[in-house]
Amino acid sequence: MMRRLLPRPALSISLFLLWAVLGNAASLASLLLGALLSVLLPFIVSPFWPDALHIQRPTLALRFAARIGWDILLANWAVARRVVGPVAALHPAFVDVPLDLRDPFAATVLGSVVSLTPGTVSIDVDRERWVLQVHALDAPDPQALVREIKQRYEAPIREIFAC
Amino acid sequence: MNPAIEFLVAALILLGALFALLGSVGLARLPDFFTRLHGPTKATTLGVGAMSLASALYFTTTQPGLSLHEIAVMMFLFITAPVSAHLLAKAALHRGKDDADQ
Repeated sequence: MMRRLLPRPALSISLFLLWAVLGNAASLASLLLGALLSVLLPFIVSPFWPDALHIQRPTLALRFAARIGWDILLANWAVARRVVGPVAALHPAFVDVPLDLRDPFAATVLGSVVSLTPGTVSIDVDRERWVLQVHALDAPDPQALVREIKQRYEAPIREIFAC
Repeated sequence: MNPAIEFLVAALILLGALFALLGSVGLARLPDFFTRLHGPTKATTLGVGAMSLASALYFTTTQPGLSLHEIAVMMFLFITAPVSAHLLAKAALHRGKDDADQ
């Protein structure tokens, strides 16, 4: 019964929270409308995600999000120093990161995380060979960067989505 | 308004402005297209992030009720910024690296 009513519980919850946040949770009426929408909308959009991944480890996902926030702070500082320092001393490089995950959605999450942490921008995901192409602003040692992305980001993402 | 909160809001605005400035400096100084791509990602993550936090904090403490839609702004930016960077980079790759150096 619950499954039929809420085919995507996580999507419904995030829609409701987003609605509450956008309206600053102003009144009971607006919250009720938000609840109605978050029950109806998943039915309308579910054809877009025929086989969506589910978060298997919610606590790990939260810890991962906190770590990304912290990494964004640190990396911002590191990149800021490089931007005002001597530009000629940078080692910009294209780096190919071979992936162990085999799911387009998980790859998108990984690509977004890589782009959000300053210093690296994800450029392409090769879905034939499962390679994530990354451009790094300063990577004197590309292998170290590959190891870091795989250990720090790919491994937890694989655990969270169990893929 | 509580002086401690006032101080925090001011610090967050300054921090956000600083990183927006640094992002622009990067855009101007870095040598080619792909390295320039890194500048704006900084400006969006920490620059806009800190300013939205300051706004949420200010309006939550000075007006009745919570002010949380800044958090939604931040979330949408964090979702869309990597996508636009990704598309820019892909377009540049397709046009060839020689073009991108200009």
